[in-house]
Amino acid sequence: MAEPLLQLTELTKHFPLKRRRVVVHAVDGISLSIGEHESLGLVGESGCGKSTAGRLVARLQEPTSGTVSYRGQDISHWSRRRMRPIRSEIQMIFQDPYASLNPRHTVGTIIGGPMEVNGLRPTERGIKELLEIVGLNPEHYNRFPHEFSGGQRQRIGVARALALKPRLIVADEPVSALDVSIQAQVVNLLQRLRREMGIAFLFIAHDLAVVRHFSQRVAVMYLGKIVEIGDRDSLYERPRHPYTHALLSAVPDPDPDTPRRERIRLAGDVPSPVNPPSGCRFRTRCWKARDRCALEEPPLVRLGGNAEGHLTACHFPEAPTTHGSDVVLDPALS
Amino acid sequence: MIRFLLRRLVSAAGIVMVVAATVFLLFYALPRDPARAFCGKLCLPENLKLLRHEMGMDLPIWQQFLAWAQGVVAGRDFPGVGRCEAPCFGYSFAKGEWVTETVLDRLPVTVSLSLGGAAVILTVGIGAGMLAAAKRGTWIDSLATSLSNIGGGMQIFFVGPLMVFVLSDTLGLLPRPRYTEFGDNPAKWFVGLLIPWIALSVIFYSNYTRLTRSMLLEQFNEDYVRTARAKGMSRRTTFFRFAWRGAMIPVVTQFGIDLGVLLGGAIVTELTFGLHGLGELVTQAFTNTDLPMLLGITVLSAGAIVLINVVVDALYAVIDPRVRLS
Amino acid sequence: MIPDPSFLTVRDLYVQFKTEDGVVKAVDGLSFGLDRGRTLGIVGESGSGKSVTSMAVMGLHDPRYSEVSGEVWLDGENLLTATPRRMEALRGRKVAMIFQDSLSSLSPFHTVGSQIGEVLTKHTGASRREARERAIEMLARVGIPQPKLRVDAYPHEFSGGMRQRAMIAMALVCDPELVIADEPTTALDVTVQAQILDLLKALQEETGSAIIMITHDLGVIADVADEVMVMYAGRAIERGTRREVLKAPGHPYTWGLLASMPHLATDPDSPLRPVRGTPPSLLTLPSGCPFHPRCDYADRVPVDLCSTERPDLHPRTGHSSACYLSQTVKDQIRG
Repeated sequence: MAEPLLQLTELTKHFPLKRRRVVVHAVDGISLSIGEHESLGLVGESGCGKSTAGRLVARLQEPTSGTVSYRGQDISHWSRRRMRPIRSEIQMIFQDPYASLNPRHTVGTIIGGPMEVNGLRPTERGIKELLEIVGLNPEHYNRFPHEFSGGQRQRIGVARALALKPRLIVADEPVSALDVSIQAQVVNLLQRLRREMGIAFLFIAHDLAVVRHFSQRVAVMYLGKIVEIGDRDSLYERPRHPYTHALLSAVPDPDPDTPRRERIRLAGDVPSPVNPPSGCRFRTRCWKARDRCALEEPPLVRLGGNAEGHLTACHFPEAPTTHGSDVVLDPALS
Repeated sequence: MIRFLLRRLVSAAGIVMVVAATVFLLFYALPRDPARAFCGKLCLPENLKLLRHEMGMDLPIWQQFLAWAQGVVAGRDFPGVGRCEAPCFGYSFAKGEWVTETVLDRLPVTVSLSLGGAAVILTVGIGAGMLAAAKRGTWIDSLATSLSNIGGGMQIFFVGPLMVFVLSDTLGLLPRPRYTEFGDNPAKWFVGLLIPWIALSVIFYSNYTRLTRSMLLEQFNEDYVRTARAKGMSRRTTFFRFAWRGAMIPVVTQFGIDLGVLLGGAIVTELTFGLHGLGELVTQAFTNTDLPMLLGITVLSAGAIVLINVVVDALYAVIDPRVRLS
Repeated sequence: MIPDPSFLTVRDLYVQFKTEDGVVKAVDGLSFGLDRGRTLGIVGESGSGKSVTSMAVMGLHDPRYSEVSGEVWLDGENLLTATPRRMEALRGRKVAMIFQDSLSSLSPFHTVGSQIGEVLTKHTGASRREARERAIEMLARVGIPQPKLRVDAYPHEFSGGMRQRAMIAMALVCDPELVIADEPTTALDVTVQAQILDLLKALQEETGSAIIMITHDLGVIADVADEVMVMYAGRAIERGTRREVLKAPGHPYTWGLLASMPHLATDPDSPLRPVRGTPPSLLTLPSGCPFHPRCDYADRVPVDLCSTERPDLHPRTGHSSACYLSQTVKDQIRG
C-alpha cells in the first residue's frame, strides 16, 4: 500500500479539569490512516471523542501524546509558522453553519479571506466559480450569511474549504443540523467533490446511515477508543463488535415492516470519559461482558473470519455472519 | 458551603493584610509628618523628637507595621496613653481617641445609611423592574423605564438638598435627616434616615429596574418557563417560582458592586445630610493628617468589600445549584 | 385515520405571528383528529408548523404576538375558547407535553423531584410529602435507578437520557389523556433514542392515553405512530395510517422525504435523492400548492393548477394527499 495521506498513531488527548483535579480522556490512543482520495467515516455517540479527534487532525488542538503524520511528516507539534504551507491542505467543515460564518462579512469575503491569508489571490471570478461548484447562485457573491438558508450556509462553508484546494477535508457532523431533505443535498455535494476533485475526507458523524453513504472505510469510536474499523461493506454487513452491532440496529428505518423487535436495546448511558471503565470500556453496557472484560483491555485486531483491514477490539465478538439474520438477544435485555 | 466560607474568609483575611501593608507603606511614605502636625505651631525640636519616639515613628517601617499588626491581633501598649485592647487600630493623636472606639462609634451611622439605602434601592429598583416586565408594553412599562433613565445621571449633593427642601422644609412630610441609635428608638432611626435613603435610591435604583426588567423578559423566553406553563402553572407562579432566580444572578453581581460604591460614597452622602458617620470621620482624618485613623478606616472598608464579595459568591450558589463552590 | 374521532378534533387551525417583516403564517388551515390510545405522528421539517401546532393545542401562544383561530376540541371542549384559568387546570393534568431539549426545558434551580411533584400539588392538591412519594414512584416507573436518591438531584446532575426520562415522568404524573411529545428523542444518542420510544409505548399501553408525536424523523414515525400527518409550510399535505403513508405515499414531498433519508437498506453507492430547493418563507407563501416550486411533477398536472389553486386533503377518506396528480400518473412515476 502506498504511503497514506494521513496517519494517526496512538493519538491521545486528555483535557485536565482544573477545578476537580481530574482528566477527561477525550481521545485515548487511536491509530488509523486515510489514503489519498479516500473517505473515512468516524462514528460514535456524543462524548466518544470523535470531534476531538477531528480537531487534532486539523491541528486545531495539540495532542497530549501520539502523532499525527501528514504525508509522512509528523506534524503533531509543529509551530504555526511551520504549519502554514500545510494549513491550506487540511480544511475543516463544521456542524453549525450559523456559528461558523462571520455574519458581518459577505460571502465573497468569507470565501476569499482564507485564500488571501494563505497567499492565494482571490478573484471575483474564481470565487463565483466556487459558488457555482457548491450549487449556489454566483450572483449572490455580495450577500450576507443571514440571507441564506441553513443548507445554503453549509454550502458556503464547503466553498470556503474548497477555496484553498485542500487534499483532506475534516467534516465534523456537516449535515446533522440540516433538515432531512437538505441533508441529502449536502451529502451528494460532498460526494461529488470527493469523486471529481480527489479530496480525501475524514467524515465525522453520529448517523451511521449517512456515513454509509459517504465512506469507503468506517471507524467506530466509544469513549475515546476505536472499537472497530474496517471497509464499509465488511463493517456494515458483518459487524463483530457488540457496540457496532447495537449502533447498526438502532439506525432509524422508515419501513414499518422492518421487524422492530430485533433491535438491541443498550442499557443505560455512555459512562463519563473522566472515569472510563477498566478493561473494555463498553463492558458496562454490553450484554456479552464477562469477568475478563473488566480485567483486560481487548486489543484492536483482525479476528478470524474478518476481511483484510477489518479490526475489532472485543474479547467475545459476534459471530462473523451477516448482521440481522441471527440476532440472539439476551433475554434480560428485551 | 461551610468549607467554602471558611476558605474564603481565611483568604479574605490575607487580602486585608496585604491591603493594610500597602496602605501603611503609602501613608508613611507621604511627605506629611503626623508628629509635626500633632506638635502644633510652636513645636520645639526636642518635643518633636520625643513625640516621634512616643508614636514609634523612629523605628524602621517594617517594625512599625508589625507593631501595628500586633495591635490588631493582640492589642498593644501606647506609652503615655495606656493599654489598647485587640483589635487595636492605634491611637489618634489628632483626636486624642482610640481609633477602634471612634470607628465603632461612627460605624452604625454609615451602616444604617448604606444598608438601609441598599434595601430601599433594591426594593424600588427590583420592584419597578418586575412591574415593568409583568406589564410589558403597557404605559406602566414605559413609565418605569423612562423614570429609571432620569435618576441615573444625578448626584447625591444635588438630589439630597432638593429632597430635604421639598419633603421636609416645604411639605413637612418628613423631619430633616438625623441619626438616632436604632436601639434607642427604632421609629426615629427609620424616619430620620428616610430622606437619605430615598435620595440614594433615586440615584441607584435605575440600574436594577433595567436589569431586572430585561433579565425577567429573557427568562420568560427560557424553555423551562414554557415547561412550567405547560404543566399548568399560572403566569404568577412561573414568575415567582422560576423566572426570578435566573434574573437575580446579574442583579446580585450589580448589588455587590454598588454596595462598595455606597460605602465609598458615604463621604459625600454624610456631608450632604450632615450625618456623623465614617465618611465624615475620614474627611476629618484626612484634613488632620490623622494617619492611624485613615489606616484603620481603610483597612475596615477593605475588609467590608472583601466580605461583600464572599457573600455575593455564596449567594450565587444559593440561587443557582449549578454553581459549584470551590 | 378516522375522520370524526371522538377525543381530539382540530378544525381549520390557523396560527399567525406578527413580526416586523410581516405576518408569518405558521399554521395555515390545519385539521386533524385523534382517538384515545392512538399515536399520531406529525412529520415535517423546520418551519413546517408542527411545533407551532402543538403549542396551539396547549394554548401556549402568547396572544400579544400571535393570532390563533379555528377549533381545538378535546373531549367535547373547545380549548381555543376556554378561559386561561380553565386551560391552566387542563394543562399538565389532561394534556401534557414532553419537550425536545431536556436540559433547557427543566428548571436548573429546582430538584427533579420537586418539578415532578409540583404538577401533582397544583392539580390534585396533594401534600408535599405525597407529591414527593409520587415523584419517586414515577422516577422508578420511567426506569431511573435509585429513584429515592435521584429525586433530590438537579437536572444537570442527570445524563441526557435520564433527564428525558425525568421529563416523561413529569408529563405523566397526573395520567394525562393526551400527551404531546415534541421531538422527544432528537437530542439523544441513537442507542438511547430507542429506549425512550420503548418507554413511551409501554406507558401508553398502561394508561391508554393518546399521543401526538412530533418529529422530523421518519424512523421514529415508523416505530411508534399509528397514524401519520405530513406537514409542509403550515399545511397537512398527506395523512393516513403509518403503513399507508410510509409504504404507499401519495404526495411528491413525502416521496422526497423518504428518498432523501438514508437508511441501511438503500444502495450506499447510488447518490441520495434530495428534494431540490429550499422550503418557502412563511412570510410569502407560494401561490397554489406550497410545494409546487420544489416539485418535479408539477408539469404532469393539467393547466397551471399547481401554481394557482391550493389542493386540499380529501375531507372524508382515510389516506389522502393534497396533490393534483392522478393515481394513474402517480403509479406511473413511482413505477
